[in-house]
Amino acid sequence: MSAISLHRIGALALRYLYLLRSSRVRIIELAYWPTVQMILWGFITQYLSSHSDVLNQAVGLLLSGVLLWDVLFRSQLGLSVVFFEELHARNLAQLLISPLRPIELIIALISISLVRTLLGVGIAVLLAVPFYGFNLFSLGLPLAGFFVNLLMMGWAIGLLVSALVLRYGMGAESIAWAAIFALAPLCGIYYPVATLPGWLQPLSWLLPASYVFEGMRAVLLDHVFRLDYLIYSLLLNTVYLGLGVSVFLATIHNARERGSLLQSGE
Amino acid sequence: MTESPVIQTENLNKHYGPVRAVDGISISIARSATCALLGGNGAGKTTTIAMLLGLLLPTSGRIQILGEEVPRQIRRVLPRMNFSSPYVDLPQRLTVAENLTVYARLYGVRRIQERLAILGRDLDIDAFFLRPYGSLSAGQKTRVALAKALLNEPEILLLDEPTASLDPDTADRMRSILTDYQRHSGATLLLASHNMSEVERLCDQVIMLRAGQIVATGAPRELIHRYGRKDMEEVFLDIARGIQSGEVLE
Repeated sequence: MSAISLHRIGALALRYLYLLRSSRVRIIELAYWPTVQMILWGFITQYLSSHSDVLNQAVGLLLSGVLLWDVLFRSQLGLSVVFFEELHARNLAQLLISPLRPIELIIALISISLVRTLLGVGIAVLLAVPFYGFNLFSLGLPLAGFFVNLLMMGWAIGLLVSALVLRYGMGAESIAWAAIFALAPLCGIYYPVATLPGWLQPLSWLLPASYVFEGMRAVLLDHVFRLDYLIYSLLLNTVYLGLGVSVFLATIHNARERGSLLQSGE
Repeated sequence: MTESPVIQTENLNKHYGPVRAVDGISISIARSATCALLGGNGAGKTTTIAMLLGLLLPTSGRIQILGEEVPRQIRRVLPRMNFSSPYVDLPQRLTVAENLTVYARLYGVRRIQERLAILGRDLDIDAFFLRPYGSLSAGQKTRVALAKALLNEPEILLLDEPTASLDPDTADRMRSILTDYQRHSGATLLLASHNMSEVERLCDQVIMLRAGQIVATGAPRELIHRYGRKDMEEVFLDIARGIQSGEVLE
C-alpha cells in the first residue's frame, strides 16, 4: 500500500482533463495570453532590430525570452489554478479520504500543469513561425534543458503558492498571479543579470530561471551552450522543488491537525 | 468467540486550544452494525467522523478501524471505507459519469462501467449521468454523492446527514437503499443525523454526544425506554438539554 500508484495519478489526471475538455473557453484561454505576448514582443523586436546592434545579431532574443518566460509562468499557474479548482469545488476532502496519497496529488497536478503548459505555450511557439519567421526550436538541444528547468521552477512556486492558499484560505489566491511577477525583474528575461544593481545580482543568481535566460543569451549571441548554467539551474531547482513538495505536504498535515480540510473552499 | 469491533476508539480527544471538540470518547461498533452518532450542533459528531476518516488528527487517544491503527495505517483502511456528506462536494463542471469514473479509478474499482450501471439503476441516477454535477438539484446531488460512496462497496460507510435536503419520498428511498446495501453486503454503517425517525428505522445502536462527550449509548428502543419517552425525538431533546434519564421534563 505504500507505493505510489500510477493508476490513481492517472485517475486524477483524467479528472483534470475532463475539466479542461468541459470548456472550450479554457483551452482558448490557455493559448490566448502566450500568443498575445508573442505577437506584442514580435512587433517590438521588429521595431528594435532596426535600431539595435544586439537585436540585429539575434532577432529571436526577445521572442525567445517571452516564450520561455511563459513556460515558467504557465507551469506555475497550471499547477496552482488546478489545485484551486479542488478548493472551489470543495472536493479536496473527498480526494483525501480516498486512497489517493498527497504525493500522488502533487504528481497529478504536475502532470496536468505540463499538459496545460505544452498546450498554451506550444500554440504560441508554433504561431511565431508564420508570424515572424521565428522558430524557438532553432535554439537546438539546449532548449530541452531550458524547458525542463523552467517547468521545475514553475512547479516549485506553484506548490508553495498552493500551500499558502491551503493554509490562509482563498483570500490568498491572488498571490498565485502576483508571486511569479515579483520574481520576473530578477530573472533577467530580457536583459543580462549584470544589468541589475550590484546588491540585487546575488538574489538573481539564487533563481534557476536566471541561469536559463543567461544560457539562452549565450546560445543566441555567442553560439555557445553553457553547461555550467544548466547544472546550477538544475541543482537549485532540485532544492526548490524539494522544498515546494515538503511545504505542500506539511501544509496538508497541518490542515489535518487544524481541521480545515472539511471547510476548505467555503 | 465474539468478533472484534470494526470501529473502536479509546479515550479519543480533539482539542483546539481550550475548546474540547471531542473529549475522551470511547466507542466500539461491531461488524454489520448500523450506528447513529447523535447530538446537537457542536456536539462533536463531524469531528469524530473526520478523525475516523483521517481528515483530522486526534490530539490524543486511539482509533482502530478494521484492525488497523488510524491515522498511522490509514492507507490500509481507506480503500475499504467510504463517506458521504452534503458538506463536501464533487467537481461541479464534470458530468455525473465523469465524477463517478474518476472516483471509481481512485478506489481501484474493476469493471467500472458495470458498477456505474448498477449504481445508476439502484439510485435512479442514470438519467442524468451526462449532466454536469453542478446542474443537479440538491436531492439529485445527494444521490450521486451516495453513489460515489458505494462505488468501492465499502465495508464501512460513514454518512453525515445522509438524507439532509431530500424530500420525504426521496429520503425514504435512500433509507431503503442503505438498508438493502447493509443487508446484502454486511457493511457497517455509522451515520450522523438529526432525523430521529431515520435513526429509529435504520440503527441498532445509538451514541449520543454532548459537548464532545458521550452521554448515552444503547439501542433506540432501549434509550426510549430508559428515558421514558415515546420516541427518539424526545430522547434527543432530553439529552440535548442535559436532562438525565428518569428526570421529568417540565
